[in-house]
Parts: sequence; C-alpha cells; structure tokens
Amino acid sequence: MPLLPAPDLSPALPEIALVCAAMALLLVGVFRGDGSARLVSWLSVAVLVAVLVLCGLVGIERRVGFYGMFVTDAYAVFMKALVLIGSAVSIILALRFNEEHRIARFEFPVLILLATTGMMVMVSANDLITLYLGLELQSLALYVVASFDRDSVRSTEAGLKYFVLGALASGMLLYGASLIYGFAGTTEFTELAKLFGQPTRPSTGLIIGIVFVAVGLAFKCSAVPFHMWTPDVYEGAPTPVTAFFSVAPKIAAVALFVRFLIEPFGGLVVEWRQVIVFLSVASMVLGSVAAIAQTNIKRLMAYSSIGHVGYALIGLAAASPSGVRGVLIYMAIYLLMNLGTWAVILCMRRQGQMLEGIADLSGLGRTQPGLALALGIFMFALAGIPPTAGFFGKLYIFLAAIDAGLVGLAVIGVVASVIGAFYYLRIVKVMYFDEPLASFDRPLAPELKGVLLVSALLTMLFILWPDPIVGGAELAAASLFAR
Amino acid sequence: MILQAIMFYLFAVVTVASGVMVVAARNPVHSVLFLILAFFNSAGLFVLLGAEFLAMILVVVYVGAVAVLFLFVVMMLDIDFAELRSGFIRYLPIGALIGFVLLAELVLIFGSSAIAPGIAGLPAAPAPANAVAMTNTRALGALLYTRYIFAFQAAGVILLVAMIGAIVLTLRRRVGVRRQSIPDQLARTRAQAVAIVKVPLGAGADIPGD
Repeated sequence: MPLLPAPDLSPALPEIALVCAAMALLLVGVFRGDGSARLVSWLSVAVLVAVLVLCGLVGIERRVGFYGMFVTDAYAVFMKALVLIGSAVSIILALRFNEEHRIARFEFPVLILLATTGMMVMVSANDLITLYLGLELQSLALYVVASFDRDSVRSTEAGLKYFVLGALASGMLLYGASLIYGFAGTTEFTELAKLFGQPTRPSTGLIIGIVFVAVGLAFKCSAVPFHMWTPDVYEGAPTPVTAFFSVAPKIAAVALFVRFLIEPFGGLVVEWRQVIVFLSVASMVLGSVAAIAQTNIKRLMAYSSIGHVGYALIGLAAASPSGVRGVLIYMAIYLLMNLGTWAVILCMRRQGQMLEGIADLSGLGRTQPGLALALGIFMFALAGIPPTAGFFGKLYIFLAAIDAGLVGLAVIGVVASVIGAFYYLRIVKVMYFDEPLASFDRPLAPELKGVLLVSALLTMLFILWPDPIVGGAELAAASLFAR
Repeated sequence: MILQAIMFYLFAVVTVASGVMVVAARNPVHSVLFLILAFFNSAGLFVLLGAEFLAMILVVVYVGAVAVLFLFVVMMLDIDFAELRSGFIRYLPIGALIGFVLLAELVLIFGSSAIAPGIAGLPAAPAPANAVAMTNTRALGALLYTRYIFAFQAAGVILLVAMIGAIVLTLRRRVGVRRQSIPDQLARTRAQAVAIVKVPLGAGADIPGD
C-alpha cells in the first residue's frame, strides 16, 4: 500500500525535546538516587529555558504538522513562553519547601516537565484528539503532584478530589468532542473552520457538543460554576504545587479555550458568546465576593484566581483581535503578579512552620519592610490599581469589551474589581496597620528573593516599557484571526 | 444471510440478558461472570460487523484484564451488595423519572438535528483503494503509525506519566523491615559467620556476641 510521507517533526521540536529531556532526567534521578532532587530541579529549569529558546527558533509563522494535528503560530509561541516561564519559576520556588518538608524527590521536577509538555500540546492543538491528549497529559501529572506530600492527609485529599472531578470534566469534554465529530464529520480545527468559520446555521447537536467541550475547559481553568474543586485543592496541595497550579495550567487552559472557540468555531460566536459571558460574570462576582470571608491566604488566592479567569474570559467573549490581545496581556501580567505573591507566601514561616493565615502577616511592614513592600505591590497589582501592571491588564480587556459592544459586561467587571479590591487592600492594611507579630524566619532563600525582586520590578516597570508584552500579544492575537 | 441474522439475534439476546443479570444477580461474583459473558457476546457482534480487530481487543482487554481486575476487587473487598441495593425500590420512581426526562431530552434534540452539510467531501482519512482486501487490523495499523503518529506517541507519554505517578505515590522505603539481600549473604565470610568456642568441663558455653 502507498505510504504517507514521513511527518515533518520541526513544528513540534520543542515538545519532542522536552519529553526526551524529561525521560533523560528521570534516568539521572533513578541512577543517582533520592539525593539528586536539587540537581534534577536545576537541570529541569535549564531544560525549560532551553525549550523556551527552541520555541523562539521554531518561529512565529503558522505551520501545521503531523497531518493537521498540530499547529504552531505566534499565538502558540506566546502562550508557550508564558507556560514555560511559569513552570520554571515554580520548580525554583519548590526547591527549599520540598527539602524542608522531606518531599524533595527527583520525580517532582520530572512530573512538572511532563505536565508542561501536556500544556504545550494543548496550546498547539489543531485537532480535538490533540486537545484531549494534551489535556490528559497535563492533568494526570497534576493529579500526582497535588498529592505529592503523600503523608499529609490534606494533600492526599486534594489529589483525590482533583482526580475525581477532573475525570468527570474529561468525560464531559470527550462526550462533547464525540458529538462534534458526529455532527461535523471531522475533528480537525482547520476543517471545522472551513465548515463553521463563516456565520452559518449549525445543527443543535453540534452546539451541544461545543457546550460540553466548553464545560470541560471551564472546569480546567476553574471558571464558575465549575470551580468547586479550586479552593480545596489549592489549600490542600503543597504550597509550591499550588503556586504552579495557579499559573501554568491555568494559562494553558485559557489559551486552549480561546483557540478552541475562536479558530474552528469563530463563525458561531453568537451561539457561544452567551455561555462565555455567563461564565465570566459568575466567575468575577464569585471571585470577589467569596474571597472576602477567607482567612487562609491559599484559599484567598484560589478565589482570586477564579476572579481573574472571569476577567480573562471577557476578552474571549469580545471575540475580536483586540479582545484576544487583551486575554494574552492579562495572562502575562497575571503570571507575573501571581508568581510574586506565591514567592511571598512561601516566605511565610516561623520556627520552621509554614503559615497560611492572613492574620500571620500582621505588622509585616515593621518587621520585614522589604517583604511587605513586595506583597503590597502585588496586592495593588492584583486589585488592578495604577500604576502597577495589573491595571493595564484590566484596561485592555475592558476596552476590548466596550469595542465589541459588551458594555454591560465591562461595567460588571469594573464593579467586581472594586469589590475585589477590598480583600486585596485588607492584606495591605493588616501588614501596615496591625500590631506586629514575631518576624518570619530569616534569611529568606536566595531563589525566593530573586523571584520576588524580578516580579516586583516587572510589575512596577510595565508602565514604562509595555512594548514586549503588548506588541507580542498583538502579533499573537493577529495570528489567530489570520484566516 | 439467514445464518448471519440468526447469529445476530443469538448474540444480541445473550448480551442483553447477561447485561440484565449483571445488575440483578445476588452474588457479586456471578455479576462479574455475567459481565464477561456480555463482553464475549459483544465481541461476537463486532465480528458480525466485520470489525474483527475490535472484537479481539474487547476480548483481550476487557475480558483478559478489566474483568479479572473486577473479580479481584470483588473478592478482596468485603462489600455488602445486598445492603447497597436495599434502597432500590424506594429510589426507583425518582430514578425512573430522571431517566425518562433525560431520554425525552435526547430524543427531542437529536430527533430534530441534522448533520452538517458538506461533510461528505471531508473524510478524516480517505479509504484505501484495495479496502476490501485489507484486514482491518492492518488498516488500523497503517493509520495509527502514520496519520495518527502524534496522538499515538502522546498517549504513550501519558502512560509513562501514569507509571511514574503510581510509583511516586505508592513506593515507600520502610524502616525496620528485614529484606533478603543476596549480595550481603554472598559476601559473608566464614570468619563472620562461624565462631569456635572451647567449652570448659562442667561450665556452659560463652557464646560470643550474645
């Protein structure tokens, strides 16, 4: 029989390199024993940086590989860069925590590498099959790292809860994918875009399929009403794992959500816009209101991340190049602010005990002014107060929404961010105006200090030099609408 | 043709009947055995459809692995199935109602929908010219290792993650467990293992190291 030509591997070169490196590091760990966690972690960071460079070398022109299953374009490169940075910094953040909690094992960075591969596949998906496989590769590794502290009941519970609910979401997503395949006859995004790229009247079954897939993706990026797992998993998982969860997988899920709805089903925007608007409004409102009552900072950050997904989805609801550009800028700034905040949370330890209460931050402004200043900057940024980067993230999103005629949605967004500002500013108040407690353990780990310094500086200086992120996002968003 | 019809009804009836028995059997081990019977008969149905590869996979994977796993679990866990089923009659009306609503919705939606136009021109993988002469194992293999090579490899990586995860979460080195260590045993010399003690008359032996 005639053979197909051998596939061109070059579009997926970064993913292939990452998988091979993960397997090589696994071997290194196995042969050197459990003492090699630190070595494997730093090697993993080096690998992630190398893959980031490789992503840049593969280039931003649109190329479809593996018989249409895989695509690389400016959008994919932008999102992959965010995911890779998030993963690399999470591994660095975990170094000291894992050693002090006696869970420093070499499998941790390897699992993060494999999860990162899954996220990159998600971002580059050009077929429902690729979408599902990337999502599962990511999720399976995440379930394991959630319960990585297996002697802790809460960590085990977090992993199990995440697994059961995640499996349910995967089931819904698969059901939706099968409906789409059944009613459209193809799973490939390019072919689907030919069928549904222009406004058409699709069959009801196809709409149901899209909604089911959207539900699965909304679960993965924890948009309300599919957010139930988020606070529990964030609270139970080891803190560096939570830091990882709140950045890289969320960015990848939002990226996939945007690609899935804009590329193949861009013509059906009237059909899916109401779903996204609902998800967005519900996430923003719940994210701001439910966080007010929290006393645990990890739970607070969980609700905060739910709210931020709501803001990002406004840009998707706009379904325009400027809306997608807004989402990309928002996710980039979200990455910065969140990594910094988690670095501060990882510094919260007294006499070797990790602290998670907001009250434990009392008087930090007097005992550790540097740390308090950094956390203050991140809180102002998360609340969206100028001149921090967080303000600009929200600005681009709201402008895009108004351009697309979604004024009501933008107004709800502004109101929700005013409500949300209350709990961010309460942390600033606790740090600067409450009676000081004993200072946190010193010295801070040098790698935590580095992450803090860089992310605080970038958050503050974004206003002076926004071009790399804004220009890159512009290019990436344009590539999604190119056809 | 008539033979095929007879076989179809035979397999179908046995499948449905054993499916009912899976739910109805009092003894959970019997349930699993009926499940295996249902799998075998569905495999027969696949053969009738000309999908012999699916039939074999069903037998190998479901009967060979999954059902045996079920059997292990059922026999190892002491689950009181009679108690699990005790509320059956009480919950039957509400369950039936929900099932009916779901069915009605599905019929309403799928009864009124149509497949997208223009599908016929878009086959996911064009059928090879000599399709009739080709066994479907070969056809699947030819697609799996070429057109779907990316998905195939990605699935392999997922299995690798599952393996790493299982080891990470369950392998633990316990202290205080005496394991057999063959190298240690082989490295033992006569001097370490044997001591010659001269026992004086009328006294007990002084055992060294005791």
